[in-house]
Amino acid sequence: MLETVINILLLFILPFFFLGLINRVKSFWAGRQGPSIIQPFRDFIRLMKKGEVISTTSSFVFRIAPSVTFASVIAAGLIVPLAGGKAALSFEMDFILFAYLLGLGKFMTVAGAMDTGSSFEGMGASREVAFSALVEPAFFVIIASLGLISGGLSFEKIFTITRGGDMAVLVLPLGVIALFIMLLVEGCRVPVDDPNTHLELTMIHEVMVLDNSGPDMGFIVYAAGMKMIVIGALIANLIIPNGIPFWAALASFLGVTAALAVVIGTIESVMARLRMTHVPQFLLFMTAISVVIVSTVVLFISGGIK
Amino acid sequence: MKWINTKNNRPVRIKDVPEMGMDELRSQIIRRCREGRRVVSFFGMPKGQSTAIYAVLADDDASRLYISSGLMGKDRRYQSITPEAPRFHIFERELFEDTGILPEGHPWLKGVRFGHDRADRESTMERYPFFTMKGEEVHEVAVGPVHAGVIEPGHFRFMCQGEDVHHLEIQLGYQHRGVEDLMIRNYRRSGIHLAESIAGDTVIGHATAYADAMEALAGTEISRRAQSVRAIALEMERAAIHIGDLGAIANDVAYLLGNAVFGVTRTLVINTLLALCGSRFGRGLVREGGVVFDFTPDLIKEFREKLNKVYRDTELMAEEMFESASVLSRLDNTGVVDAEAARNIGLVGPAGRASGFSLDVRADHPFGIYRFYPIHKRTMNSGDVFARAYMRYIEIKQSIDFILEQFESIADDRPLMQPLKKHVPDSLVVSMTEGWRGEIVHCAVTGKKGGIVKYKIKDPSLQNWYGLAYAVRNNGISDFPLCNKSFNLSYCGNDL
Repeated sequence: MLETVINILLLFILPFFFLGLINRVKSFWAGRQGPSIIQPFRDFIRLMKKGEVISTTSSFVFRIAPSVTFASVIAAGLIVPLAGGKAALSFEMDFILFAYLLGLGKFMTVAGAMDTGSSFEGMGASREVAFSALVEPAFFVIIASLGLISGGLSFEKIFTITRGGDMAVLVLPLGVIALFIMLLVEGCRVPVDDPNTHLELTMIHEVMVLDNSGPDMGFIVYAAGMKMIVIGALIANLIIPNGIPFWAALASFLGVTAALAVVIGTIESVMARLRMTHVPQFLLFMTAISVVIVSTVVLFISGGIK
Repeated sequence: MKWINTKNNRPVRIKDVPEMGMDELRSQIIRRCREGRRVVSFFGMPKGQSTAIYAVLADDDASRLYISSGLMGKDRRYQSITPEAPRFHIFERELFEDTGILPEGHPWLKGVRFGHDRADRESTMERYPFFTMKGEEVHEVAVGPVHAGVIEPGHFRFMCQGEDVHHLEIQLGYQHRGVEDLMIRNYRRSGIHLAESIAGDTVIGHATAYADAMEALAGTEISRRAQSVRAIALEMERAAIHIGDLGAIANDVAYLLGNAVFGVTRTLVINTLLALCGSRFGRGLVREGGVVFDFTPDLIKEFREKLNKVYRDTELMAEEMFESASVLSRLDNTGVVDAEAARNIGLVGPAGRASGFSLDVRADHPFGIYRFYPIHKRTMNSGDVFARAYMRYIEIKQSIDFILEQFESIADDRPLMQPLKKHVPDSLVVSMTEGWRGEIVHCAVTGKKGGIVKYKIKDPSLQNWYGLAYAVRNNGISDFPLCNKSFNLSYCGNDL
C-alpha cells in the first residue's frame, strides 16, 4: 500500500524536477547559472493563477483537449510500475491500454490544434501524427518481445524478466535505446523537436498548443513532463534488477530518472536538431532496433541460438 | 557621351550628367548591364514639368561609377528594364511607387513600402496582390506581420505543397518612416541622427555613408586618423553582428553550445565599442567632418586584448560548430542560391559572396582608409546556409585582423573633427559603404543654393530580400527560419 502511494506521489512530483534538471544541465553546458530546479513548478503555479484567452472560432473540443490529454497521461502513468515493480493498476494486456491512452491524449491535442483553424497548428498536427505513427508499431513490437521472454502480458509481469543470461545481455540494451528514442519523440525533445524554439514553422508539439494559455497551458506542460517520467519508468524497469528491497529500488529509480534528464540535457546542448525530413529516418532506426529485438527473442526461444 | 564617369564619393555637376530620352536610356542601361555593369541606384527627380530618371551603374573592376539620366515623356510610362536586366525589378517597383511612372511589362509590379506619399493611393497593404497557387495538396501559410519574438514586422506568405515551399512572397512596408523625406527637410539639424537610425543594426555603416556624402559635397577630406577610427568602428560592427548571427543560426538548429558562446562573444565586442564611444552600437561616434571620439594608447591596449580574446573564442567555437555532423547536416544544401541566380537578383554583401558573386565595396570602390589598406575579397561557391554562415566566420577573422593592423599603423594627424564648408550647388554624389550586410548606397543631390533636394538611400536588404524568397524555394518550410537567419535582413532598412 505504502509503495503504491509513493509511486503515485512520484508520478505527480517528479515531472517538475525532471524538467528542472534538464534545464539545469543545459545551463551547465551553456556556462550559465540556470534557473532553480523547481522553476517548472513555479511556472505551473503561475499558469494556474492566470486567466485564459480562448479563440472565438474554436469549439468545445479546444476547451476540453488539454484536460483530456492530462487525464489520459495520468491514467497511463498509473499502469506503469515506477519504483519497485508494482503498478497502481495492473491487468492482462494493460500495455495496449497504455499505448492507446497516450494515443488518446495525442488525438485530443491534435483535435484541439485543428479546432483553432490556424495553419501553423494544422502543420504541427500533421507532423505529430506522422511521427507518432512511426513510433507506435515499434513500441508494441518491443513490449511484445519482452512479454515473450518473461511469459507475462502485463507491465508488472513483463518486467520480471531475468537480467542474467545471454538473451538479456542482447535484448535489454537494445530495448533501452529504442525506448529512449521513444522518450525523445513523445517528450518532444532534441533531435526530433525543440522545446525552446520560438519559430512556429519548425515546431512540432509546441505549435499545436500556441493558442492555449493559463491553466490549460499548465496542464499541457505538466502532462508533457509526466509523459517523459512514465516512458522513463519503462526504461528504468528494464535496467533495475527485480527482487531488490523497495527502498533500494526507489533509490535506483530516482537515479535512472535523473540520469535520463542529464542525458537529455546533454544531447540538447551538444547536438543540433535533425532536419524535418530526416526525422522519419531516425524513427525508423527505432523500428529497426525493435525488429532486431524480436528476431533475437524468436531465435532464442526456438533454439536457433544456443 | 552617354554616361558621365565618376567614382565613389566624387560629386558631379547635375548639368554634366547626360540627358536623353527614356527609351534611349533604357537601351543604354541594357547594353551596359550586358557588358557587366550593375545598377547601384535608380531614382526619379522632378525636372521642370517632367521627371528625370537617374541611373547609376557601377563598373566594379575599374572602380568606376557611371551616371546618366532620361527625361520622362508626357505619358509617364516606358518599357520596363526588368525583363532584360532582372536586377532592376525592385528599383523599378520603387520608382513606380514613388513617382507613378509605369514600367510597362514589369513582371511583378507591386508596392514596396506603401508610404503616405506614394503615387497610387489605391494600392494598399490590405490589397497587396499576392501570387496564388491552386491545387488539392496546396496550402498557404501566412506568417506575420506580428511575429513570435521581438523582431520587426513583415508579412511572409508561403505557398506550400505539403512540407515543401513552392514560393514565398515577402510583403514589407510596416516600418516605413519616410527617412528620405525627413533627411531632405532636417539634414542640417539631425541628418546624422537620421542616418544612424536607418537600420538600428547598421549604425556605423549608414552614418559613414551619410557623412562621406556630406563631406564629398563640401569638398572636405577628413584626417587619416578619423578615417581609421571610422573603419575600425565599421569592422567592429561587422564582427559583432556576424558573431551574433552565427549564434542565431546555432540557436535555430537547436545547437545550444554555439548560441551560448557566440552570444557571450558578441557582447564582448559591442561592450568594447562602448568603451570607445559610449554606445554599444556606435551611436554618436561618426559625425560630418570626422569622428567625435579618439583612441588613447590605453584604449588601444584594451581593444587589442579584448579582440584577441574574441578572435580566439570565435575560432574555437566556430571550428567546433562547423565540424559537428549534426549542425552540418542542417546547413549543407539548405537554401541554395546559385551563382547565376545571385547575379540576376543582384545579391550584395556576404550573401552574394557566399554564392560566388564577389562584390565588396571596400575592395571595388574603396572609401576612407580602405583606399590605403585594401581588403581582400573572399568568396565561396556553394551558396547555401553553410556558405553564408562560414562566410561570416571568415569575415569576422578578417575584420579583427584589419582592426589590429590599423592599430599598428594608425595615423597621428589632427583634427579629428573639422567644420564642413558649404555644399557645392547643383551636384550629385554617390556614397557607397560596405556595411556588414553589404553595399549601402546614399545618393545626395544639391539644389541651386547647395541645399539637399534629393536623398536616395539603398540598404543592402532591398535587393537581398528577394534572395531570401528565392533561397527557400523547394526547401522544407521548417528550414525557412534557418535561411532567414543566414541572410538576417533588415525590415526598416528596406522600408526606410
